[in-house]
Amino acid sequence: MNIATVFEIVLASVVLGLAIWTIAVAETYSATVGFVAYSLLVALIWVRLDAVDVALTEAAIGGGLGGVVLLGAAARLRDAEALTVEQASPIVRMSAAILSASITAALAFAILLLPDPAPTLAPTVVANAGATGMTNPVTNVLMAFRGMDTMLEKVVLLLAIVGVWSLASDRAWGGRPGPRHQADPNGVLAFLARLLPPAGIVVGVYILWTGADHPGGAFQGGAVLASMWLLVIMAGLADTPPVSSRWLRLILVAGPGLFLAIGLGGLWLGPAFLSYPAAFAKPLILGIEVAMILTIAATLGLLLAGAPERSSQ
Amino acid sequence: MTSGVTVFGLCAAAAVGLGLNGLMTSPQPLRKIIAFNLLGSGVFLLFGIVGRRGAAAGFGNDPVPQALVITGVVVAFSATALAIALLLRLLKTSGSTTLDDPAPTSPHSDPSGD
Repeated sequence: MNIATVFEIVLASVVLGLAIWTIAVAETYSATVGFVAYSLLVALIWVRLDAVDVALTEAAIGGGLGGVVLLGAAARLRDAEALTVEQASPIVRMSAAILSASITAALAFAILLLPDPAPTLAPTVVANAGATGMTNPVTNVLMAFRGMDTMLEKVVLLLAIVGVWSLASDRAWGGRPGPRHQADPNGVLAFLARLLPPAGIVVGVYILWTGADHPGGAFQGGAVLASMWLLVIMAGLADTPPVSSRWLRLILVAGPGLFLAIGLGGLWLGPAFLSYPAAFAKPLILGIEVAMILTIAATLGLLLAGAPERSSQ
Repeated sequence: MTSGVTVFGLCAAAAVGLGLNGLMTSPQPLRKIIAFNLLGSGVFLLFGIVGRRGAAAGFGNDPVPQALVITGVVVAFSATALAIALLLRLLKTSGSTTLDDPAPTSPHSDPSGD
């Protein structure tokens, strides 16, 4: 047994232990902390599985931004959750345990009995890589070969933000999300909020740019930009924009809008929806990605900020 | 290589089972949301295992399932954020987060008139 195998077994055991802790621990706040730790370690599993693009996404969006949303909610719900005393009946608990155990067993058998050699689309991706002029296979799949998925996912982000905004009370309709954050202007938070964003913005743009040929892309870069924006908001240096703001809404529809326009252009001028002309494939895809990173950063940031709570005046 | 795949695969199967169990038995809505994310994370890992076994043509992991998982992670995050917003709204209007009874109409009702 070599060192890599030992590391994998230890990593899997710790992840499994955190998953059990997340479900079994009594206090909700502890469960949330356990889940955030779980997400960050799962990113390490993705690295071991040689899927660095997914690892970046999982760490930035699943563990990072998702963790902020869950921890924020857990803190706000702390008092109310303590009042919740009802428990599922023993019959429900027993049946749920049996059902979950059988599904785990079935999945475990499926994992052990997967066909060999495994089916794969990797050779097809390599054979068609020349069509886009980019060498990161995951970006090729996301932006070209399965571009439809990515476009519809942008629409899902838009629907989610519309859903969150529509939960505002009448008084705060169209107003600013979240509380106005106040922080000590000479404190550490305000200092970091001035120091980090310039570097963070460069890192986010670099992750987008390098995503054409190396692990990275609009999702991961967008998550970095969103966290920089949130840092500035949390330090009280800027306020969240009112959701009725026109420029904000333009940014939110820029990504899916440009994607859809270029897709329809492919239908009109080329052979099919979302078909890129070979000579312009890379510039078109980069253009979509630039619009997408703005949309992703704004949407992720606003999803974290939540429903409007204050009128814009 | 295959040993790591098997170890992580069993871990993913356990995460799915634990998440499903938590989703059905936890009384608190926030715990249900977390359990649902755990379930989803296990399903994503299963994709990763299948992709890892499909390593070919110089890639350590089949790029197609990887792209699907990246899309899935972002969609899961937006669904979680929407669920949390619904939960916070429920707390604001009813004063509790229980899912058992129809929310009481008073005395905690939101003074903003909606």
